[in-house]
Amino acid sequence: MPTDARQPGLASLLEAALPKVVVAPSFAAMLVFIYGFILWTLYISMTKSTFLPTYDFVGLAQYIKLWRIERWWVACRNLLVYGGLFIFFCTVLGLMLAIFLDQKIRIEGALRTIYLYPLALSFVVTGTAWKWLLNPGLGIERLVREMGWSSFTFDWLVTSEMSIYCVVIAAVWQSTGFVMAMFLAGLRGIDDAIIKAAQVDGAGLTRIYWKIIIPSLRPVFFSAFIILTHIAIKSFDLVVVLTRGGPGYSSDLPATFMYAYAFTRGRLAMGAASAMMMFAMVMAIIVPYLYSELRRKRDA
Amino acid sequence: MPDAIRRSRSETAGRILIYGTLVLFAVYFLVPLFVMVITSVKNMDEIRTGTLIALPQQPTLEPWLKAWGYATIGVTNEGIRGFFWNSIRMVIPAVLFSTLIGAVNGYVLSKWRFRGSDTFFAMLLLGCFIPFQVVLLPMARTLGFLGLSESIWGLVLVHTVYGLAFTTLFFRNYYVAVPSELVNAARIDGAGFFRIFWKIMLPVSTPIFMVTIIWQTTQIWNDFLFGVCFSTGETQPVTVALNNLVNTSSSVKEYNVDMAAAIIAALPTLFVYFVAGKYFVRGLTAGAVKG
Amino acid sequence: MASLVIDNVTKAFGRVQVLKGIDIAVDAGEFLVLVGPSGCGKSTLLNLIAGLESITTGEIRMGDRVVNNIPPKDRDIAMVFQSYALYPNMNVRRNLSFGLETRKVPRAEIENRIQRVAEILQIENLLERKPSQLSGGQRQRVAMGRAIAREPLIFLFDEPLSNLDAKLRVEMRTEIKKLHQRLGTTIVYVTHDQIEAMTLADRIAIMKDGIVQQFDTPDGVYANPANLFVAGFIGSPAMNFIPVSLSRENGHLVAPLVTADGRRFTVPVPADTGALAPEREIIMGIRPENITDFQEGMQSWAHIAALECGVNVVEPTGPDTLVYTEVNQTQIVCRLCPDAAPKAGDTIRLAFDTTKPLFFEPGTGNRIEG
Ligand SMILES: Nc1ncnc2c1ncn2[C@@H]1O[C@H](COP(=O)(O)OP(=O)(O)OP(=O)(O)O)[C@@H](O)[C@H]1O
Ligand SMILES: [Mg+2]
Repeated sequence: MPTDARQPGLASLLEAALPKVVVAPSFAAMLVFIYGFILWTLYISMTKSTFLPTYDFVGLAQYIKLWRIERWWVACRNLLVYGGLFIFFCTVLGLMLAIFLDQKIRIEGALRTIYLYPLALSFVVTGTAWKWLLNPGLGIERLVREMGWSSFTFDWLVTSEMSIYCVVIAAVWQSTGFVMAMFLAGLRGIDDAIIKAAQVDGAGLTRIYWKIIIPSLRPVFFSAFIILTHIAIKSFDLVVVLTRGGPGYSSDLPATFMYAYAFTRGRLAMGAASAMMMFAMVMAIIVPYLYSELRRKRDA
Repeated sequence: MPDAIRRSRSETAGRILIYGTLVLFAVYFLVPLFVMVITSVKNMDEIRTGTLIALPQQPTLEPWLKAWGYATIGVTNEGIRGFFWNSIRMVIPAVLFSTLIGAVNGYVLSKWRFRGSDTFFAMLLLGCFIPFQVVLLPMARTLGFLGLSESIWGLVLVHTVYGLAFTTLFFRNYYVAVPSELVNAARIDGAGFFRIFWKIMLPVSTPIFMVTIIWQTTQIWNDFLFGVCFSTGETQPVTVALNNLVNTSSSVKEYNVDMAAAIIAALPTLFVYFVAGKYFVRGLTAGAVKG
Repeated sequence: MASLVIDNVTKAFGRVQVLKGIDIAVDAGEFLVLVGPSGCGKSTLLNLIAGLESITTGEIRMGDRVVNNIPPKDRDIAMVFQSYALYPNMNVRRNLSFGLETRKVPRAEIENRIQRVAEILQIENLLERKPSQLSGGQRQRVAMGRAIAREPLIFLFDEPLSNLDAKLRVEMRTEIKKLHQRLGTTIVYVTHDQIEAMTLADRIAIMKDGIVQQFDTPDGVYANPANLFVAGFIGSPAMNFIPVSLSRENGHLVAPLVTADGRRFTVPVPADTGALAPEREIIMGIRPENITDFQEGMQSWAHIAALECGVNVVEPTGPDTLVYTEVNQTQIVCRLCPDAAPKAGDTIRLAFDTTKPLFFEPGTGNRIEG
């Protein structure tokens, strides 16, 4: 008779369950702290909660109210302006720097280090620095006036219509290096033989860049766009430090709006509703992106 | 041959243009740091009379001493010192926990996949992208419930939990590239789950540990949102304290002290960047999504 | 040393059925080779034997133990991987000792075994090196050494030679064979190279699409292939397959062959059974070495048929010369002695060894027994 080993022993059952046991706490944490909390926020956004959560269901009333609030509209408009300019400048400057850096530059290492260091800084530090540079009395305005242009004014930081552009300036300063790094990696990944073949075909360098290299960076453009959009929607620290959303609420973004309503004005339900709107914006961008990424990996 | 000469001339012009642009941008990126540093060693008189880029006539360390030791932040007069230590006490455990758990998670999700593990991973991946605004309110309640609001350990918990998605992603993607035959060989050699992790995986994981630790350190040190939402007064991390210092509406604005405090708050991450820039950039591209 | 029985084993990944009822049994000490085209499920079967994957249905026995639910570490097997899978962070000595330490073999015994294995494989001078400091051939030796040091009941090899260059591969092949003769341990060896399979095996299992096509000795699969697939897979150059329409001439059953320029010859078909009857369309298989030049054939073979045809291509290989010609609108290849080799475009008189042709059903590919 063969010894019967058809029934797995207790030890080997435990051994087999070990991987699951090990990730179980993380799984539970994820369910509670990410998905559970999102649902909780969703629910609160459908109540009349003010300082404390209440659980009286009022449907979409808060959302309807939210879109009637002038300040929320300002925040969304600012997000469009800020996001648009931020993405545009970061992409254009990042691409330009990457292409230039890719021309066998001697001091490339040093330059790269310089372009990328702002990324190691907190937005709070960046904000502090630019708040000082953009200081209407003592900052760049004073510098230019001292250089002889005595009527020069540069007071965007305290001007309602312009303060959001200050945020753009600081954010572009901080993130351009990052986009540059992405494009540089993309450029280094392009097969040299393609460029050589084009040169043999008699194409000039500018033409090669416009017609061959830049188009082949399309996936990098795509990723950069997604990441920058994501950064823009989540922007919070920079605005708080640089303008505190002001003057008034002229430079509010959804993130600062949410913080103001939920944490300082005690309008929990409205804060939750605005948070859910932000969530929806991010998901609208990210889900298609992740989907296409995962599918591309599976096809590869 | 005129043609060749003309060509090489235009080539030279092109090189000059390229180098010029690159150096110009280097200056653009460096100027704010330069201005911060020189402002932080000027006295207020010089600041009021000079320009941004004027070098200090009488350099002084007084703003630094004040920023570190006795500037008024919130209700205390003890400078940024205590908040700096808060950040350190928050960053070290949070980085350790999130990295270690992430390493084990990544190991399971790449080498011990089970039914449902891919779903878990996909859900976690999505978790990397959520705007944290959507969890702030329930987290605040939960911390209160656990008695952890107003404590460093509350922030440690928050950073560990929300760092996990990233650290797991990092390790999983790294371990996927480690050949599975290695794990199979070790299994046949009689090694179990943990022995394989310790003896086979960990010894080849130094780079990804560097990337993850550096990434987490910078992220957590630089965080402002969680700090401002989940801490008050004495338990605030340095970024929140810096904001409080910069944005107080006290009568006299001391820009030199602000700059000194900002540099102090930036020093640890800048140090990490200049020492281990290679790993920092790698983490950046891998974790690009967080922002 | 242990016998190995694979009893109606199936394996499915999700809905994909990869192994469809495998039956193989070998005695203790035998050298079993699993051979087949890429993707046929060889590695999967080996992983089932190792316990790295779980069996969907069926049973695997080693000695008198059913091992279905026994984890790999308790199966007392050792495995050599295609990529060698040497632990990159450990030197050669640690690579050899790792499995033994895990099994709590006493230190002195470990040293002993490492010494012995290092001698057998001539890797004594490599013991302190890291895998990254070894050449491909040396890594291969270390990987085998790691398995041998374990002194397992069964060795499993998954294409261990496929990452080596051609010359080294032939050398290592001989070494593995010597090693088996010396150790006498049961070996299961996966390859997609039919020459490796023929030279090493006591018994060969030829697989395709998750099914064992034939399980037999090397001579058996060569001389008596069970179907078209096996007949074509084993042997190089491959067996010629000529579509023929049988007919009866002068009271004998024959297979008519028509050359490219229209000349007609016949090959007698031995038996006249139900399956082999006039008017049947079948496939006749004949190996290249069973067609040669007429003089040679006359001297060596008892029963021959003559055939005169035009030469398309001539390929000298050294010991033999391969001659390509055409019959029944099919290219066939014959193996000639270099002295008798014609030139392309010549017409040559060939001899068929009429005791050798095999016959197959065109649709199913199954062998028709004469
Ligand atoms: N984990 C898995 N999940 C799904 N399908 C798998 C898995 N492993 C193998 N397969 C499929 O099973 C089939 C057999 O794979 P296997 O690796 O056994 O082939 P093989 O005969 O070893 O081929 P090769 O000579 O290329 O190594 C393949 O079609 C493969 O795609
Ligand atoms: Mg295989």
